[in-house]
Amino acid sequence: MSIALSEKEIAPLNYFLHSYGPASMPTLHLGWIFASIVVVVFLIVAGLLAGALLHKRPQNSGKIDDADKGLQWVYIGTGISTCILLGMAIYALITLNTVARPPQAPALTLTVTGYDWWWKVEYEYNDPRLNFVTANEIHIPVGVPVLVKLKSADVIHAFWVPVLAGKTQMIPGLINRQWLQADASGVYRGECTQYCGLQHAHMALEVVAQNPAEFQRWQTAQHRRVVLSPANNTGAGWKVFMEHCSGCHSIRGTEAIGAHAPDLTHLKSRRLIAAGTLTNTPEHRERWITHAQEIKPGARMPSMVLPPAELTALSAFLSTLD
Amino acid sequence: MTDSADSPLIRVPEMGCAPLGSDAEIRLAGLWETEPGWRGWLSTVDHKTIGLRYLATAFIFLLLGGIEALIMRLQLAQPDQTLLTPEQYNQLFTMHGVTMIFLYALPVLSGFSNYLWPLMLGSRDMAFPRLNALSYWLFLFAGLFLYASFPLGQAPDGGWFNYVPLTGRLYDTGPNIDVYALGMVLLGISTTVGSINFIVTLFRLRAPGMSIDRVPILVWGTLTASVANVFAVPVVSLAFFMLWLDRQFGTHFFDVVNGGKPMLWQHLFWMFGHPWVYVVVLPAMGIVSDALPTFCRRPLVGYAPVALSTMATMLLGFGVWVHHMFATGLPTLALSFFGATSMVISIPSAVAVFAWIATIWLGRPVFNTPFLFFAGFVLLFVIGGLSGVMTAAVPLDFQLNETYFIVAHLHYVLLGINVFPVVGGIYYWFPKFFGRMMNETLGKWSFWVMFIGFNAGFFPMHIAGLLGMPRRIYTYAPNMGWNTVNLITSAGSFVFALGLLLFLINVLVSLRRGAPATENPWQASTLEWAVPSPPPAYNFAVIPVVASRHPLWEDWLDEGAGRSSLETGYLLMEGRETLGTTPLDARPDVILKMPEDSYAPFFLGLFSSLIFAGLLLHAWDFAGLMIMASGLSLIAWLWPSKALVQRVPAVKPDKGVAHV
Repeated sequence: MSIALSEKEIAPLNYFLHSYGPASMPTLHLGWIFASIVVVVFLIVAGLLAGALLHKRPQNSGKIDDADKGLQWVYIGTGISTCILLGMAIYALITLNTVARPPQAPALTLTVTGYDWWWKVEYEYNDPRLNFVTANEIHIPVGVPVLVKLKSADVIHAFWVPVLAGKTQMIPGLINRQWLQADASGVYRGECTQYCGLQHAHMALEVVAQNPAEFQRWQTAQHRRVVLSPANNTGAGWKVFMEHCSGCHSIRGTEAIGAHAPDLTHLKSRRLIAAGTLTNTPEHRERWITHAQEIKPGARMPSMVLPPAELTALSAFLSTLD
Repeated sequence: MTDSADSPLIRVPEMGCAPLGSDAEIRLAGLWETEPGWRGWLSTVDHKTIGLRYLATAFIFLLLGGIEALIMRLQLAQPDQTLLTPEQYNQLFTMHGVTMIFLYALPVLSGFSNYLWPLMLGSRDMAFPRLNALSYWLFLFAGLFLYASFPLGQAPDGGWFNYVPLTGRLYDTGPNIDVYALGMVLLGISTTVGSINFIVTLFRLRAPGMSIDRVPILVWGTLTASVANVFAVPVVSLAFFMLWLDRQFGTHFFDVVNGGKPMLWQHLFWMFGHPWVYVVVLPAMGIVSDALPTFCRRPLVGYAPVALSTMATMLLGFGVWVHHMFATGLPTLALSFFGATSMVISIPSAVAVFAWIATIWLGRPVFNTPFLFFAGFVLLFVIGGLSGVMTAAVPLDFQLNETYFIVAHLHYVLLGINVFPVVGGIYYWFPKFFGRMMNETLGKWSFWVMFIGFNAGFFPMHIAGLLGMPRRIYTYAPNMGWNTVNLITSAGSFVFALGLLLFLINVLVSLRRGAPATENPWQASTLEWAVPSPPPAYNFAVIPVVASRHPLWEDWLDEGAGRSSLETGYLLMEGRETLGTTPLDARPDVILKMPEDSYAPFFLGLFSSLIFAGLLLHAWDFAGLMIMASGLSLIAWLWPSKALVQRVPAVKPDKGVAHV
């Protein structure tokens, strides 16, 4: 059971009508043209079939037609089909070449690793001290190609942000590459499209495309490590976190270095939690902590049983991770 | 027809006729009939019984797979439903795929081919009747094997494509995947022996005069599929065996940590998987190519192009498997090649479509129920083919792949090209099978309800796919824009199921109350309509001599050649015998001694299935025991029998021995 992000039907994955970047725009046009050809061909063939069924026939002569009469149907029909198909094949291959690589060198490279059932996102810099890790939300600057290296930590997943680019599998032991570019700022939803087990249905992510200044601000904020003040270092929430959460989750700059689950360093800055399943509000965070197995049955996150006081403290602590 | 001078036959069989009720006919019936009761039931090798068993078993699996689908459609009818847990949903969609693809789609066609081949080819049985029985028993036991774990909640749950490492020991610890792996190896044996039987039957058991350019298209379809199986099935059996070794004995074929390659599985699976798609449609297309002309009252337009396109499809079908893997990060050049072949493969399909339409156009269609199914099939075939062209465009497939667009495409292909011809084929051959006609009114109702339900159910899936709905999700959020299409799809699927139910009711009612059928109620042209309905155990009292592609239409159709001889032919009644002919020209070559009924195929099938049960349960001693039991069954099977010796009578070696 998921809690809706919004009740309005917004169809965020409608790649057939929407494209926001050059990695998917040529495909969008290809889709329209192919769909048009296919509809026209269908109408012609359906018309021929209807004509064949219904047209008036001459008097029955008692003899059966010669078997080879009508062969020109096959020759003409197949001939025309072959020409159309060749044209379509050439157009498809040209489009493939266009979307295969970006028009200019990527301005940013990041690594996305698929996990059961969430995404780790790593930003790497020449100065490794600046490297940071986040989860389920990718920020990119508008108008430049971004190279995404795709890895998997467990089974095969597939990375797909349809309004920006086609999908690519994330295969354990391999590093696949995918580029995308957003020409307009906005939030673009992605989904895992390779069946990956129990919670394949709840493995989404968001790409947030920002103008360069905003992106810079976000990046700077993400570079920041968490510095625990003596107050919250000894706080009840931190203790609960260290006791129950730090085995899997990490917070950069602290002793919480668990590597099995999303990094929570800047948890509060994210729009969604549970891999695109819930909006990131304090209520949803608490609900996710206590009812994870109800919201995503089979997820690696257990439903925690915490006394109300500890839950409140933990929630308050998480609200400081901005 | 035969010139005994250069004929390589040692014993020259007598020509003659054996009308119903004559001494010869009665003797023949005595030779071929199966013992009544459970003994005969377990031991029969009659291809007609085996064919009907295949059909009935496959339809039971179709119903099971259909029920699984309906449960899934209930779950998906609205967003955020909790009718099923994710694990239940995953087992359901996996078993739905496994059932429909492996336990329904090919077996049902094997049923038609098993029943019809010898009748169409003018033979008294398949080339290897006991192998035929074994092939059925193994199919049945493999199906039971795959289903046995379902009630325990341990059914396969990794999808029918079963990608590693999700299906490796690390991520799937239960017996689920072992059931699938071993079941597939077992089923592979059934498919392989069945295919070999078809191939040999086609090349050696045609009636004299039925040269290779005179066989029905269904025979071409099944032959092509069988040859493909011989090459494709070992690939998947090997892959599943390797997976089982990985899971049980710690080998590293697919184990990433130790250098195994998940891509190896994908390649092996689809090298098999794509040819398999054509395996389950080409014979069905053959059904239409043979039966549609009957209702158009003229021969199929373009027999040779259609037969050649059948084989061309299969040949190309071995070079398109990567189109299931466009999104795996393969180099652009490789994708271009496989994308182009995937488009080229629709050219042979175009040949068939235009041949069918031309046949209808130039004919005088009789709008009987089977014809409705075949004409409806043509439309669905076109839709499935065209959506296939869209998915063959590599960049477009980067989007369409793994969405409901593919689900729509594959159901148009598999239901449109398999289920519609199959149901039409049942309506068509039912009189031959059971000697009774099916009800026309109910038949027409069943067609329209199925046709409308099918399109209402599956067409919206294209839209769901274009709206980005991924496959194999057990639920979805209400804001994704998929609510309406899913509701329509669920409703349509129930309408389709109702249509299928009407068909089954028609079968059951007509079995008891159908009007008696004559030999050739549709005035069809092929040999199976020359024998009584239902056919006697021996099929043909005399092996006919064929002179044209349409032996029963020779009076209306001027094909130049002489007249086929159906009443007078080779008598062959020194035991169970049929005529072996040369592969291309079908000249009489050898008298084939056919085996008696035998329990050996049943027991060999049973014991070899129990070997797999032993392997699944790690009961190694038991498995060893079953291997020995299988060996004994094989010895019993192959025990020399005097009746099977190709012996020449001691006296008068070059003359036929007259029957008494």
